Amino acid sequence: MARDEAVRDLVDRLELPFNSLGIDPYGVSKKHLTVFFKALGFMYRRYFRVTAVGVENVPKRGRAMLVGNHSGGYALDGAMVLTSMLLEMEPPRLAQGMAEKFINMLPVGSQWSSRCGQLTGLPEHAERLLMDDRLLMVFPEGARGTAKLYKDRHSLVDFGTGFVRLALKTRSPIVPLGFHGGGDAVPTVLNSSTLGKLMGVPYVPITPYGLALPLPAKLSVHYGKPLVFEGSGDEEDSVIIGYVDEVKARIAELIEAARVAKERAS
Amino acid sequence: MKVLIVGVGGALARQVALKLREAGHSVIGLDRRPWWDAPRDIQVHEVDIRKRAAEDVFRRERPECVVHMATVNALSASGEERARINIAGTRAVFDHSVAHGVKHVVVVGRHTYYGASADSPLYHVENEPPNGIGNFPELADLVAADLYGANMLWREPSLTTTVLRLVYTLGPSKTGTLSSFLRGKRVPMVFGYDPLFQFLEEDDAARGITLAVEKRPRGIFNVCGPAPIPLGTIARETGRTVIPVPEAILVQMLGRFGFPNLPRGALEHIKYPIVVDGSAYRAATGFTHTTDEVDALKRYRRISPV
Repeated sequence: MARDEAVRDLVDRLELPFNSLGIDPYGVSKKHLTVFFKALGFMYRRYFRVTAVGVENVPKRGRAMLVGNHSGGYALDGAMVLTSMLLEMEPPRLAQGMAEKFINMLPVGSQWSSRCGQLTGLPEHAERLLMDDRLLMVFPEGARGTAKLYKDRHSLVDFGTGFVRLALKTRSPIVPLGFHGGGDAVPTVLNSSTLGKLMGVPYVPITPYGLALPLPAKLSVHYGKPLVFEGSGDEEDSVIIGYVDEVKARIAELIEAARVAKERAS
Repeated sequence: MKVLIVGVGGALARQVALKLREAGHSVIGLDRRPWWDAPRDIQVHEVDIRKRAAEDVFRRERPECVVHMATVNALSASGEERARINIAGTRAVFDHSVAHGVKHVVVVGRHTYYGASADSPLYHVENEPPNGIGNFPELADLVAADLYGANMLWREPSLTTTVLRLVYTLGPSKTGTLSSFLRGKRVPMVFGYDPLFQFLEEDDAARGITLAVEKRPRGIFNVCGPAPIPLGTIARETGRTVIPVPEAILVQMLGRFGFPNLPRGALEHIKYPIVVDGSAYRAATGFTHTTDEVDALKRYRRISPV
């Protein structure tokens, strides 16, 4: 259950090397994090009433990769995973996602994603964050994952392989996560690339009620036990794909567990 | 050791000269600008490095080490003149050094070599190619000067070459790109963007350069100090007021209403960060900064009130 502790106090307890101005070496700002997580905290606790299961599987300190499925027409899932790491972990942790490149090109999006530690999705960023013992959040389905339609909301599309190579190279555990309910919150029936072009984003999800504003669906995230693979990251594709499939299968199990738990609860 | 500083008329170069002198080196300077109050034992030759008389300074003085600090950016020179200073000047430094027995050349370049863009990584390392020329062509001659210096690592193996990519500096001279940006009471920024800026207090920067002279590391090195902080924070902590202006309007204001006539590409540098990893230089020379970012800003606020 998410704590009611004030977001400001949780941000203060993040174990990051903030300077006396409240800024860390990646430009993460305590002031911006507090505003960001106050808004997300409300959505997490009151609007979506998120249930987080298995948070204890996420290492309290040190490098790790949260690897999960996309659920919902945009990064609702990522925002709630970030919030669960702050609200549910003891000590609270800042998960750092790999943001789509277009976000850094948008006014405000550029500034806020950077101040909240959500850096552009570049291999250099991912590797450096892990080598600095940060908690990295990765969605290997990429933009194809958020573009899933309502009818495909429980499915997984193809995974990229870079995340496994990165985990091997940096010797980072992979914490699989299954996110459930995003497709009910944003029931996409169509993705409009024309509207997307006008707004400077890849596409805009269209719902039966037109706008892609999220409905107050109950969301859940299930964290699995860490997976640790042996290797250097320089293995042949066939080896890497085997590991990717293992992670994907585990995520599918976690999504199913979340779906069953929701059915039982209702 | 006899050290020749090319471009000694610049504020940072003078500090380097004074530090080397303090350390017991014999320092001579070369610049087309005068240094009126130079200490008596620092001989300054008022010569343009590209002119024939400059070679005579090398021939006569036979310096052991040359520090090249005679490059300019788009804020201080424009068009072909800037290219001539940066490229022909750098070539002249190396030609004369090779011809007259110089053992070590230090090229003091800029971290802007890496360029600023939406998809460039934080913490550039030295083996990265320059990525900013596409959106800021006015950087090309500085990048060419940097690469020319780097070429000497294999073209002239008997000469020790050190190419430094130094972050912005901030300090009492109130010169340099960052100080120019903070000159007014109000600091215009691009609405919705607040890039990380990395800077060294001037004294630390000068010390960083003198370490290159003394330790003679061979290769290309980023030189930085404290962790970067957002430009808006820098402006506010130095007592300025940030004025966020939408990019489309800011572009129209360049060269008007007292705004500098910057190339459009320069705006990329106040939208996106250029942050470098200085660990290789720290390992090679033991360089560490003495003034952290917060103290440097407090000090700058005192010496440059608005």
